Amino acid sequence: MLTNGHLVWLILFAPLLAAGAIMLGTRRLPRVSAALSIGAVVLGFALSLKLFVAVLQGQAVVAPSVVWLDLAGWQLVWAATVDRLSALMLLVVTGVGATIHVYSLGYMRGDAGFARFFGCLSLFMFSMLGIVLAANFIQMFIFWELVGVSSYLLIGFWFERPSAAEAGKKAFIVNRIGDFGFLLGILLVGSVAGTFNFAELAARWPTLGLSAGTLALAAGLIFCGAVGKSAQFPLHVWLPDAMEGPTPVSALIHAATMVAAGVYMLCRVAWLLAASPEIMQLIAWTGGVTALMAASIAITQRDIKRILAYSTLSQLGYMVMAVGLGATTEAMFHLTTHAFFKALLFLGAGSVIIALHHEQDIFKMGGLAKKMPVTFATFLIGTLALGGIWPLAGFYSKDAILLAEMDVNRPLLVLSLITAGLTGFYMARALIVAFLGKARDAKAAGHAHESPLVVTLPLVLLAVMAVIAGWHEEIPHFLKPDFHEHDHGAGVLLGFLAIPLAGFALAWLLYGRGAIDDVKLRRALGPLYTLLENKFYVDEFYLFLVNSVQGGLAAVCEGFDFVFVRGLSIGSAAGLTRLAGWCVRQLQGGYLRFYLLFTILGIAAVLIWVGR
Amino acid sequence: MMHVGLIHYLAVSGALFALGLACIVLRRNALLVFMGLEMNLNAANLALVAFSRYGGHADGQVLATFIIAIAAAEVAIGLAIIVALFRQRSTVVTDLLRSLRG
Repeated sequence: MLTNGHLVWLILFAPLLAAGAIMLGTRRLPRVSAALSIGAVVLGFALSLKLFVAVLQGQAVVAPSVVWLDLAGWQLVWAATVDRLSALMLLVVTGVGATIHVYSLGYMRGDAGFARFFGCLSLFMFSMLGIVLAANFIQMFIFWELVGVSSYLLIGFWFERPSAAEAGKKAFIVNRIGDFGFLLGILLVGSVAGTFNFAELAARWPTLGLSAGTLALAAGLIFCGAVGKSAQFPLHVWLPDAMEGPTPVSALIHAATMVAAGVYMLCRVAWLLAASPEIMQLIAWTGGVTALMAASIAITQRDIKRILAYSTLSQLGYMVMAVGLGATTEAMFHLTTHAFFKALLFLGAGSVIIALHHEQDIFKMGGLAKKMPVTFATFLIGTLALGGIWPLAGFYSKDAILLAEMDVNRPLLVLSLITAGLTGFYMARALIVAFLGKARDAKAAGHAHESPLVVTLPLVLLAVMAVIAGWHEEIPHFLKPDFHEHDHGAGVLLGFLAIPLAGFALAWLLYGRGAIDDVKLRRALGPLYTLLENKFYVDEFYLFLVNSVQGGLAAVCEGFDFVFVRGLSIGSAAGLTRLAGWCVRQLQGGYLRFYLLFTILGIAAVLIWVGR
Repeated sequence: MMHVGLIHYLAVSGALFALGLACIVLRRNALLVFMGLEMNLNAANLALVAFSRYGGHADGQVLATFIIAIAAAEVAIGLAIIVALFRQRSTVVTDLLRSLRG
């Protein structure tokens, strides 16, 4: 009899089995591969729903565990955590994952790597579910890295395009920088506490009596992992480039789930972070700065997927900021609603991109509202939800964070409100420029038509979720039954609503009458526009760092090597040997007679010496 | 009247050996080098037989018989090597065979 506990492992391993079967067996059978992959994720979704209900009813779900490593006095147990946090996250990952798997059927149709794509998606689902279910830091770290690998495979899916291959490498390397800190943090926590298990650690951590410095170091290093995975400043540079991957990948991995893994991890170890108020401040400010910076960059971008990528960065900044303020429930709430509407927006963008034969510049679109009504309607819902307009999901989750901020950190609140205004502006800009007005590029946008049902159905499903996910604040109440929002009265809420609306209005004023280009915005912002267009020159700065500082250091090392290692020590030894070899070589003339002569002379010398 | 004694035999043997050695070192044809080698062996045989005769015991003759047998075998192998070399390189001039030059 399969209990709920066994089902947990089925959820985790079904995608792995699908990935294995596709990679080993059905690579040449696209339909079978897709069916396997979609079957695994739909099964996972159904079982997650069952688990969710069980957790909701208060049943304890205990997955069977295995002792993985048994060292003297120390055990590592392979186990699963099933609580309210992971039950919700399972539902988000498999639910959004299932819609995106179906969508991929339409988006990837006819691609040479169709089967490989589904294999990689399933591998990703396995890794992501592993992070969600991990019961200890070691397990989490393994899946954390697996997520990095599958993300690399999917960003570089079209590896014959150099830019995609580069983007994959960049994502992997930047993530590794954060992961290195994460690993150090895990080892530090494990060595001072003697266990890696989350539940044991949570109970033991406050009783260890550690110094403030150790607590801050542990929390800071663990936070490094989230900075890499959730693309926070200063490791945010990989996410916009990751848009080189196919759009379903951008939706699933780089918007809805994987980048949320950092936030999920922070919520999972909130007790560890809360032990160090300084690091909490750092986390909150990192999130706030990332949110504002990304939102301001987004207003100048032209590529529809890049606009959404910066918007993702910005929203992740909100979540990290909420974690830093101790509002983990609000952070998870926003994570959930964001997964729905951001996946929706990306899939909508994907629908536009297929219709326009892979044209991604919004200024070459225009007038798509009439030609693609379903895509337009769902994209509009996504935009309003992201902007935080009542009564869509984004309104509830974003305001929960803003209200929590109002109590503890007013400067950050100002930062967030500016971000909210910018969010309204850049989303409205993308929507107006891409969908309204006249088709500006007749070749691409002129012949666009609505995408097939396999593409629009996931859009509609996600749109429904983007509308209702916030209602009654069911999600935070599920996570924390005694959750109550920080109440500041209806006036404050109206104020919060007015700010994104002002952003929308401003965008309408600038682009409402069919902007051909960004001339007006460029004139209004002046040099600031150039700065934003170049993303604050962060990439250039890193390039400078690598070329000048690292390159300079390498040149110095190379000089040392040349003079002392290759020159004086190895060079002199080699030169001496070579000289000696040259002298002796002169005897080896190759003439048989000389060899004989030398032999005879040698024998004669020996005889003379013996007969002496 | 001069008696032919051991010293004469050894002188002839030494002269033969020196001729053979000169032949080996100076000639460039592998066949002639080989002949020089045979001459060396026979010089040794002569010396051995002379020692045996004047020493009054048979050891030297036994050794000489062995050397003749070994020389026969050596001729067979050596000539075969030279023939094989000729087939391979179309020459038996040792100065042209310098592959081992350092």
